[in-house]
Amino acid sequence: MAAITRTDVEHLARLARIALTDSELDALAGQLDVILDAVGRVQEVAADDIPPTTHAVPVTNVLRPDEPVPCLTAEEALAAAPAAEDQRFRVPRILDLQ
Amino acid sequence: MNDLLRCSASALAARIAAREVSAVEVTQAHLDRIEEVDGAVHAFLHVDADNALATAARVDAGELTGPLAGVPLALKDIVVTKGVPTTAGSRILEGWIQPYDATIVTRMRDAGIVILGKTNMDEFAMGSSTEHSAFGPTHNPWDLTRTPGGSGGGTSAAIASYQAPLGIGTDTGGSIRQPGAVTGTVGVKPTYGGVSRYGLVAFSSSLDQAGPCARTVLDAALLHSIIAGHDPMDSTSIDGPVPPVVEAARTTDISGMRIGVVKEFAGEGYQAGVTARFDEAVALLETLGAKVVEVSCPHFGYALPAYYLIAPSEASSNLARYDAMRYGLRVGDDGEASAEEVMAVTRAAGFGTEVKRRVILGTYALSAGYYDAYYGQAQRVRTLISRDFAAAFESVDVLVSPTTPTTAFELGSRVDDPMAMYLADLCTIPSNLYGGPALSVPCGLAEDGLPVGLQVMAPVQADERMYRVAAAVEAALGTDQLLEQAPEIP
Repeated sequence: MAAITRTDVEHLARLARIALTDSELDALAGQLDVILDAVGRVQEVAADDIPPTTHAVPVTNVLRPDEPVPCLTAEEALAAAPAAEDQRFRVPRILDLQ
Repeated sequence: MNDLLRCSASALAARIAAREVSAVEVTQAHLDRIEEVDGAVHAFLHVDADNALATAARVDAGELTGPLAGVPLALKDIVVTKGVPTTAGSRILEGWIQPYDATIVTRMRDAGIVILGKTNMDEFAMGSSTEHSAFGPTHNPWDLTRTPGGSGGGTSAAIASYQAPLGIGTDTGGSIRQPGAVTGTVGVKPTYGGVSRYGLVAFSSSLDQAGPCARTVLDAALLHSIIAGHDPMDSTSIDGPVPPVVEAARTTDISGMRIGVVKEFAGEGYQAGVTARFDEAVALLETLGAKVVEVSCPHFGYALPAYYLIAPSEASSNLARYDAMRYGLRVGDDGEASAEEVMAVTRAAGFGTEVKRRVILGTYALSAGYYDAYYGQAQRVRTLISRDFAAAFESVDVLVSPTTPTTAFELGSRVDDPMAMYLADLCTIPSNLYGGPALSVPCGLAEDGLPVGLQVMAPVQADERMYRVAAAVEAALGTDQLLEQAPEIP
């Protein structure tokens, strides 16, 4: 059922925010087709009446009392930042300024 | 070789506690061994001699105590450590120093365990050979031209080459057990939620589990008991008693235990020497008084395809955090480029081939129009696999299989063929999807002279059962001494 084209991979790479090169796009299109063919076997067995499992061991939401506890200082949080300014993360422009 | 290096962790701890040898001496002996052999093995990405010796000195001063106090350990570089780099094998995190310790790191340090350094791994734990590390492959101490398995090949290779008697790995689809099997060491994936994930670099959150690596079953159990237990910082951590793994590892009596051999994990694709050692181990279990039966788990054959949809899907979401904004690599920020463009070129530069492949695959499996056919179906298969386990555990106490279909493969032989690489995890993946514990214990050498692992799988929260079986096999076969047969590292 799979048949993943180079154009599909280009679109997926855009969604995943990875600037793939032309040769990476070519290689991935072929490989993903083979992989999807193999993993597509999951469609052979699991009928709609089988409930999906999202988590192996049952989990419920966990809450704690709303009490202040020590956390990282701004300096610690910013120590590994690629760029920081005025105790904030400095990021490239996020708006299109024409 | 210095005799301290050959000592088991529990024996070392006893000698240190009795003041026959100091923790500093033991630590220095291992640091010297790293210096001597790690150029050839490349198990470590960072060696942290100063902190290691400082922790050892605190053990010698009586400030830190515990059943493994003073024993050195190799830590997979996916576990965060305050003040020491954590890369997870990726360029995108190169040089990243994080401001806090993982819960398991805190627990180990408080118990006097000496962390020697951080070990090599496939990037973000995606791989079965450690060749997908951005920092070069690790070599298998049994044959330096072969891989030590993956993703935790660095930890297992360190243990197998006497650079450390203990290690920590993480297992999402077999990354502790498969390297354990192909290096002749013990590797344990505890029950999901049995060990805190706080401070682990996330790959596939519903599958990831940290666990112990060692040369003996008892050493693994002792480390397991130190790192396990509820952690309020991990909301998936089990709030319940830790299974009695140490007692189980000291019990070599398995008479009356019911052991199921997984019918589906045999035959075509299984190396003759692996099958031979496995069959002998099964016969041995019967000799030791266990009741062995064949069990069919009809959906186990679908575990690999389900895994390679679920894990990449979760990874594509988890790895979205590497966005070049708050930490890690940033490329292309020239004042003109937008944040989105910087993200895309940073991720292109910082991620390796396998990570890109899986993020794209996961993005596809989760995208509109394909979600039900791929991710949804994979989650239904996950249910069927759990039902196979539940049905099996109605009639047997544990399941056994070979850990891997083959012994260690040659460096370079599968790295360009993703499907061939994925097959290395064929037998280990079901336990991750189900959430139950599983371990690999050495059961001899194959016809090629390389180690074979026996996998023991147990029900959720019955971790002690697999330790009992593994301890019996180890005692009967003497496989705690198997590494004596490995060649000297040139």
